Amino acid sequence: MLSTRPVVIRRLLLACACVIAPISAWANDIAQFKVAKGAVHLERSGQRLPARVGTHLQATDTVITGADGSAGIAFVDNSLLSVGPNSVLAIERYTFNSTTHEGTFESSLRKGTLAVVSGKIAKQSPDAMKVKIPSSILGVRGTEFLVRAGD
Amino acid sequence: MRRSYSALIAVLVLGGCAAPPSRDLVVLLPDKDGKVGALVVQNQKGSAVLNTAYATARTAPDGSVERGLASQSEIKDIFGGAIAAQPPRPISFTLYFESGSDEFTEQSKQELKRLLAEMARRQASDIIVIGHTDLVGPDPSNDALSLQRAGRVKSILVGMGVPAERILTAGRGRREPLIPTANGVIEPRNRRVEISVR
Repeated sequence: MLSTRPVVIRRLLLACACVIAPISAWANDIAQFKVAKGAVHLERSGQRLPARVGTHLQATDTVITGADGSAGIAFVDNSLLSVGPNSVLAIERYTFNSTTHEGTFESSLRKGTLAVVSGKIAKQSPDAMKVKIPSSILGVRGTEFLVRAGD
Repeated sequence: MRRSYSALIAVLVLGGCAAPPSRDLVVLLPDKDGKVGALVVQNQKGSAVLNTAYATARTAPDGSVERGLASQSEIKDIFGGAIAAQPPRPISFTLYFESGSDEFTEQSKQELKRLLAEMARRQASDIIVIGHTDLVGPDPSNDALSLQRAGRVKSILVGMGVPAERILTAGRGRREPLIPTANGVIEPRNRRVEISVR
């Protein structure tokens, strides 16, 4: 009995993977790297992953760039965020309804520099997009701005 | 007397040596059409609104805000790396169907070629196919119809060789008419599919 259990579990996992995978490569994905230069990493549930052009992001990922790094990310609502060198940007919350354009987008720039072009979420509801910096919270009513955390 | 002097000196030295508080910087930019949006900078000291081009707010950890104006050279020095890494702006293409058919109009076939060329030009390009309806009928059925149109365009694009995993579909229903009309008006130009290439 005990020996059959792992097999059953493995089969279940396989079945799950087969069911989930084909639905959409975007199922949990909220954004994609369009630009990645130098050292760029993602932190996802405690794991550090390399980020390249084409890598997808999920809500609660953190983007980290090194001294020679920079990265540009396009979100599904067409928000565009890009970070300069030595930056840490945490995506804290992201939801988007592509029919109504309602959603929430909260990110936190802990370090470094960030350029933002807001997208459909901010256009639909002016209080839905927020960028946190160490001293303040920015409410985004649109559309283009730059942020540096500390000096 | 001597004691108060040394206390004063200690204050001066300590005050002089301590680094000035690290301040965050926010700069509002005009968008590509020259329009300027707005940002609300909020913290424990209150809130400040930036709504003019190149307006800046420098905020200290205690929440105090100093307003100013950013110069082009300052922007380039501080934000050059982040700006250079901005993804290209999404471009939107609109396709129409011959009435009552699955065929694109002749003009839309040309538009489709431009779309594929734009996809090829971009790194890791993906597209969002967004269906729209006119203002005939209620929201729920238009939502379904618009998503159905988007799905149909997706399968056409897949048939043309665009990888399915690079295509997202959305149905916007009757919320975004190209030609604003009264309720219930049949308007073919609103029955369209918009494709955003990113």
